[in-house]
Amino acid sequence: MLAQQMRRYLYYGMLLLIFLFGVWAERSGFLEEMLEYEEDVVYLVVEHLKLTAVSGGLAVLIGVPLGIVLSRPRFSHVAENAMQVLNIGTTVPTLALLALSMSLLGIGNSPAILGLLVATLLPIVRNTYTGLLSVPVHLKEAASGMGMLPRQMLWQVELPNALYVIMAGIRTALAINVGTAPLAFLIGGTSLGELIFTGIAVDEQAMMLAGAIPTALLAVTVDFVLGALTFVLVSKGVNPLRQRPAH
Amino acid sequence: MALTLEHLMLVSIAVGLAIITGVPIGVAITQNQRAADLVLYVASVIITIPSIALFGLMIPILSVIGQGIGYLPAIIAVLLYSQLPIIRNTYTAINNVDPALREAARGIGMTPMQRLKMVEIPLAVPVIMAGVRTAVVMNIGVMAIATYIGAGGLGTYIQRGISQTDPRQLIIGAVAVSLLAIIADYALLWVQKKFTPKGMKVMG
Amino acid sequence: MIRLDNLTKIFDTPDGTITAADHISMEVPAGEICVLLGPSGCGKTTTLKMINRIIPATSGRVFIDGQDTTAMDTVDLRRNIGYVIQQIGLFPNMTIEENISVVPRLLGWQPERYKARAKELLDMVALDPATFLKRYPNELSGGQQQRVGVIRALAADPPVMLMDEPFGAIDPINREVIQDEFLKMQAELNKTIMFVSHDIDEAVKMGDKIAIFRTGKLEQYASPDDILAHPASDFIAGFVGSDRTLKRLQLVTAAQVMGPVPTFVTPQQSLSEALAIMERFEHRSITLANERREPIGIITRDIAWNHQGLCGEHYEGLHGIARQSDDLRTVVAQMFTADSSWLPVVDASGRLVGDITQRGITHHLGATYRAKG
Repeated sequence: MLAQQMRRYLYYGMLLLIFLFGVWAERSGFLEEMLEYEEDVVYLVVEHLKLTAVSGGLAVLIGVPLGIVLSRPRFSHVAENAMQVLNIGTTVPTLALLALSMSLLGIGNSPAILGLLVATLLPIVRNTYTGLLSVPVHLKEAASGMGMLPRQMLWQVELPNALYVIMAGIRTALAINVGTAPLAFLIGGTSLGELIFTGIAVDEQAMMLAGAIPTALLAVTVDFVLGALTFVLVSKGVNPLRQRPAH
Repeated sequence: MALTLEHLMLVSIAVGLAIITGVPIGVAITQNQRAADLVLYVASVIITIPSIALFGLMIPILSVIGQGIGYLPAIIAVLLYSQLPIIRNTYTAINNVDPALREAARGIGMTPMQRLKMVEIPLAVPVIMAGVRTAVVMNIGVMAIATYIGAGGLGTYIQRGISQTDPRQLIIGAVAVSLLAIIADYALLWVQKKFTPKGMKVMG
Repeated sequence: MIRLDNLTKIFDTPDGTITAADHISMEVPAGEICVLLGPSGCGKTTTLKMINRIIPATSGRVFIDGQDTTAMDTVDLRRNIGYVIQQIGLFPNMTIEENISVVPRLLGWQPERYKARAKELLDMVALDPATFLKRYPNELSGGQQQRVGVIRALAADPPVMLMDEPFGAIDPINREVIQDEFLKMQAELNKTIMFVSHDIDEAVKMGDKIAIFRTGKLEQYASPDDILAHPASDFIAGFVGSDRTLKRLQLVTAAQVMGPVPTFVTPQQSLSEALAIMERFEHRSITLANERREPIGIITRDIAWNHQGLCGEHYEGLHGIARQSDDLRTVVAQMFTADSSWLPVVDASGRLVGDITQRGITHHLGATYRAKG
């Protein structure tokens, strides 16, 4: 309750800040300048989202099944090593990933997508794997003792109980993805980074802000949407966001 | 090599400042649930904002004092990003100190200040160190991007590699930054283990 | 009926092989509860889990209702055995209704059938379906979760149930309540049950038979009274405790030990008549009962000696009353409290049906020792 209340205050506070910022922008003529880029912004937001959707979507489609496979007992001997590699992988800065991807595929949207895909994939695989492994052993024993097939156990017991952790991984991964997509401009991907980097390069602050503000808003929005999805998708019985006290 | 040092310096200064500010904040908010919710929420919103967007937002503000481009926005950005892991870990670590220990500390007549200094903080240090580690690794990456706002560092190789389409520099830069992050990660893990009191080695 | 035939489990460990269960052969008759009892690591849980193949047996066979299960499909086998584990194991992502319906759904029941079944089962353990069906396990207390764990195992009405320390996670007071509830349910359901426990009191209370395990071997398999009266080895004697005879008290009811023809007087009889009866039976006191044969007081020899008149005019209050269904532990406790060597016994409607004496109790407990020499 309290947290919600605080959030509401914060929300109004942010609205006020944005309003003040708007007033300042208007009076200094910034707003007018920024609006000149409206067309570019709309186009680039769409391209930015496409980049995120394709690379992020692929990452989920590859990452979750990969995490599931690694968590199966028959892969337990390779899984720990694979996780070590993934953990090192997550330490690699995203700019470095993009640079490596460029040296592999050259310039354009494909290296951008590959770089983003790799950056997004790792947290998803890792969380899927650890989420599934942390499902208590006694639940699995109960499930198999009741006569569930491995497939039924995965869908009815393991995945629902790991879903919160998996969603957290996807949320982190997409936050990284949305945050890295601007950098994709550097290796030829189309994204809001175009306005930011060009703005910095030609010292045109309005242009830079026209890129930076939507980027920030986009990141916060995506995070919010995934938070809402987690709230809805994860069963109330195992969802820390929806706990009611025991009676 | 000079660039590596520069990179490391920038990250260290910023994370150092973040420790000085974040740990006291983390300790302070253990006293007040409302403040804790608010601070953690703000910090988590900040960390969601992409680094390049954050630079972009700061440049106009800092241009007012003539520091729009260069070290300052980079350091401020890293400082801000480091707040969440450091504050959150400090807060949870101190909140998770076994109530029985706190009771015992009170029982042998420690004042709240002594309790904090002799019991709660020592027990929390490993967890705080884990937060510092997260912050450092994350910000080595952020600092690489900061090259584009004129902060130097290892990103310079990548920047040049991209603009001159020179795979050699590109790979040197990418590998150097990655290695730096990985080495920092392991080094700090080692430090984190060193800081863990002998009696509680089980904690990760 | 469950029959184990030379069931054996050998684990391979880096330090060599360990025989966790060594040629276990036993039979649990249909409708009985058999408690597998022993210290940790004795093989009782391994034996239980070999029945539904959570642990595959190294050798030996399991028969259920006469049928050799070796050839049966594991999944079919498990869906026809109720299974309750120590950690309860309710699926936290499912509502109580969904949890109870797991096996029925696996068996392909229609929704209306398994929903009705879930309601029926909740009613059976006195949890209001309207309140609990849509709740999640973390919204229930430990005792409530435990009850749901048991009825979930009963959902598809399996003839056989395996229970691995099912009440181990509950505090002692709630445990007693749930044990009583479960026994009441079992009296109607008549399941064949294997029940693992490490608590001798629980075993004595719940078991029709007790199987005591030690280092992978079945040491003794007998009724609780037999085990308490005649432990087969020093190990078992030590395990059941030096107060084992006192434990036997709870296995016997007052009805089994009382003298079935009560001696009593009515308020209209004279004190001299009462004295005559007491002298005839060598009693030091006698029950005074009203016209509905409900005990209302006692006449002691003292009173009968020193007074004249009717019993109804001179009597003392009752020292205590035992009910027919009370176990001897309760009866003896009452005798000690009242400093009395006998008590009148009444039936459910409160009418006098017999007398129970300390001598009768010691005689009953001693009978089994004399019989076996």
